[in-house]
Amino acid sequence: MLRGISVVCSWLIWSFLACSASAQEVDIKPIIAEFAQAKKFRDVEVIVEKLGATGDSRVGSSLRALSDGKLKFRISDGEVFIVEDGSAFDPITREKISIGDGDPNSFKKVKVKNSLRRKIAATLSGLTLKSTSVERRLRSASTIFKNADARSLEALETALVDEENIDVRVAFSDAKAAATLASDRSSDEKLIAIDRIIERGGSDALSLLSRFSIRADGELKTAIDAGISKIQSSLAVWASAQNVWYGISLGSVLLLAAIGLAITFGVMGVINMAHGEMVMLGAYTTFAVQELIRASAPELFAWSLAIALPLAFLVSGTVGLIMERGLIRFLYGRPLETLLATWGVSLILQQCVRTIFGPTNREVGNPDWMSGAFEIGHLSITWNRLWIVVFAMAVFTVLYFIINRTSFGLDMRAVTQNRRMAGAMGIRTSWVDAMTFALGSGIAGIAGVALSQIGNVSPNLGQSYIIDSFLVVVFGGVGNLWGTLVGAMSLGIMNKFLEPYAGAVLGKVIILIAIILFIQKRPRGLFALKGRAVEV
Amino acid sequence: MLRRHFLAGIASCSMLMGGWAYAAEDTIKVGVLHSLSGTMAISETTLKDAMLMLIAEQNAKGGLLGKQIEPVVVDPASDWPLFAEKARELISANKVAAVFGAWTSVSRKSVLPVFKELNSVLFYPVQYEGEESERNVFYTGAAPNQQAIPAVDYLLAEEGVERWVLAGTDYVYPRTTNKILEAYLKSKGVAAEDIMINYTPFGHSDWQTIVSDIKTFGSAGKKTAVVSTVNGDANVPFYKELGNQGVKASDIPVVAFSVGEEELAGFDTAPLVGHLAAWNYFQSVEAPENTDFIKKWKTFTKDEKRVTNDPMEAHYIGFNMWVKAVEKVGTTDPDKVIAALPGITVPNLTGGMSTMLANHHITKPVLIGEIQADGQFEVVSKTDDLVPGDAWSDFLPESKLLKSDWVELKCGSYNTETKACIGGS
Repeated sequence: MLRGISVVCSWLIWSFLACSASAQEVDIKPIIAEFAQAKKFRDVEVIVEKLGATGDSRVGSSLRALSDGKLKFRISDGEVFIVEDGSAFDPITREKISIGDGDPNSFKKVKVKNSLRRKIAATLSGLTLKSTSVERRLRSASTIFKNADARSLEALETALVDEENIDVRVAFSDAKAAATLASDRSSDEKLIAIDRIIERGGSDALSLLSRFSIRADGELKTAIDAGISKIQSSLAVWASAQNVWYGISLGSVLLLAAIGLAITFGVMGVINMAHGEMVMLGAYTTFAVQELIRASAPELFAWSLAIALPLAFLVSGTVGLIMERGLIRFLYGRPLETLLATWGVSLILQQCVRTIFGPTNREVGNPDWMSGAFEIGHLSITWNRLWIVVFAMAVFTVLYFIINRTSFGLDMRAVTQNRRMAGAMGIRTSWVDAMTFALGSGIAGIAGVALSQIGNVSPNLGQSYIIDSFLVVVFGGVGNLWGTLVGAMSLGIMNKFLEPYAGAVLGKVIILIAIILFIQKRPRGLFALKGRAVEV
Repeated sequence: MLRRHFLAGIASCSMLMGGWAYAAEDTIKVGVLHSLSGTMAISETTLKDAMLMLIAEQNAKGGLLGKQIEPVVVDPASDWPLFAEKARELISANKVAAVFGAWTSVSRKSVLPVFKELNSVLFYPVQYEGEESERNVFYTGAAPNQQAIPAVDYLLAEEGVERWVLAGTDYVYPRTTNKILEAYLKSKGVAAEDIMINYTPFGHSDWQTIVSDIKTFGSAGKKTAVVSTVNGDANVPFYKELGNQGVKASDIPVVAFSVGEEELAGFDTAPLVGHLAAWNYFQSVEAPENTDFIKKWKTFTKDEKRVTNDPMEAHYIGFNMWVKAVEKVGTTDPDKVIAALPGITVPNLTGGMSTMLANHHITKPVLIGEIQADGQFEVVSKTDDLVPGDAWSDFLPESKLLKSDWVELKCGSYNTETKACIGGS
């Protein structure tokens, strides 16, 4: 109780101090200046503790900068600044300061590590409950919840009285429940807190309750353990929903990788081993576009993918066109030779890219709208995966439209179904072949733009997708776009349901065996073409 | 015409006279056996460049034994059997004095018989799983006790980790390392249910399930960490998924043994700040040797953005050790060089000295670094003393009695209990 009073008192003193800005600047400035002298992590920790003890909410900007590795001191005179994008700011007021030559080498970073970052987050959480930024208030609530920090309890209760934002109120109440559980309050209060935490649910709540389950006894332990099993069973339901989502997202990646092949292999019957390299070229186009944007117009970065899309289509499509005109057209009807020749082309393309761009991974950045995740219930969905699902569907729709609703699509289907008849009707069959191959390759290039967002951009990128692409097309049924869609999705979902039980390695083996058995039963895949086309 | 006959005569003479052959040539050849194409080119090409730089530098200093060193670069194309063929070509056809090369454990295993049969010297620069010591091979990368064990110790002491995820790519290095780590953790009192072991195929790209499993595993109320032996290529999607699913280093830190500056150059590291790596060298280490090395490397590659990494330092140490040993015995004869190497001490790039030990491993400091937003590492822990490399792990029942000593015992796997050499000597 005594401690409670002292906390309230000190909080009152803090808030009093917060009103008299001029008085405290004198107080914290020398403490911040000590960062320049800190040699070891322990020294930095002591200074952070000192700053926290002042209770001044304006230490926030320097502590946040320290946590982000932006707090630096000038080597010449040991003055501490926040350095961001080449400009320096005052560590307390965050006002921009002119620093003369601005040579980045004249500054040295104040060292920080994980345990310090945790400490800073905990310190800040107590100080920023009254922050004007909603985001910061939410973040400090979530830190208090995770840490179950009993010392923040009174501050939280006071903050809760004035809080008007409904989201923040909920977060504060959750944090208060966690803090109550850690405090020395009565069992009745704790039981209410446990109910609140169970109601919140999710893995953080589970983690919190598991921690207290070890220490608690009596009715508290019974309540906590009941809560744990309740949260676990609700999470299990969410986990299977999560698996379906993962499956769909893996399926869309497979669909993107395979859809170009569905045209070159599925429709034209060319075993194109260089398909993966078309995907790779698309990814490298994205890289080149981003490099150019970074160098000349950084403000366009959010649009880099949109700019890369048509270019990737053109680059891969042109390479495909050259391949078809220069090589594949001489090999129609000779699948084995086509296989070997295209494989050779794939090696040549890989080595070309290796020579031009180097053998190491290239950095393709994610625009902001493709980073991070959001939650629906306890289902966490990452933005990049969501956009890839949307994109895969869009590509599928456009391609379906081209094949079934345009005159080029009609020519294409006519030539693949009966080449001589189509020729007799006046269709330039060799031109249609070339264009179809270019279309398939171009689509692969577009896929490369999307795949560059989730994986490596290296010369080997294509190889990792080629086997899966063939699996999808063969499983779905050669020559059928719907087959490719259903094939990709079922492979993706199957994979994701097997993975938790069988592991990633065995899961892949099982799928491969399942497909071999399936092909034995239905040699033409899920959606077999019927009618005369099959005989040709 | 006369001249050519004369030279041919000398050549045939020298062939007859064996050892004298070295004296008759005006260069000393050194083999560089790193993949320049295929999957491993991503990592190994850099090492080839590093070797070329080291050799050029030595030549500028006046060469070795008064002769210029000539690099012989071959491309084993990430193809394991081809490694053995190319090694044979280097030793038999090109008559190289020593070979610097190999990256994956399987490529090292593939060339071993060749080096034994033709009696040559191999310097292997990459951290590996241990459980091996060959007379013809010098291991300048880290053994598990110079990387994995200290990293786990750091997490135990500094982060108070109680639950462990051992995630790796499915091949010999991660499997053996994880076996050692599992035994070590259990010896430290970690319960079996607090260890989760997960393997993924090479180049695994869909990490959604595994990252969410890690999150679930980490919500049991105990501090959780991931020890990653995931191989090069699969790391980018792994880390991207970690970043996107919001697995923060302050909640669940990931410590990696195969992720260095080179691997991080491939993506934006801002969401990964604070995740860890354990190595014996980081580019960010402040030491005069290192500053000098980085400057030379950037000049040599004519690329301001090129980064240095741990296996490059291993080659730096290995090459200098070899040069010193050759200077000491005055010949490149493999038997004499092999005998001279143990005990040789050269500076490493972290401001200390590394010594070649009798078990053909070297002494190194162990550094733990945290990933920074600029793709570099900040050292958060460094061992005070150099850690001697241990070929046979003390934490595996089948190897704890074994000892390697090529100086006194002339044996790579000596059983200290039965006092017998089980491997060939």
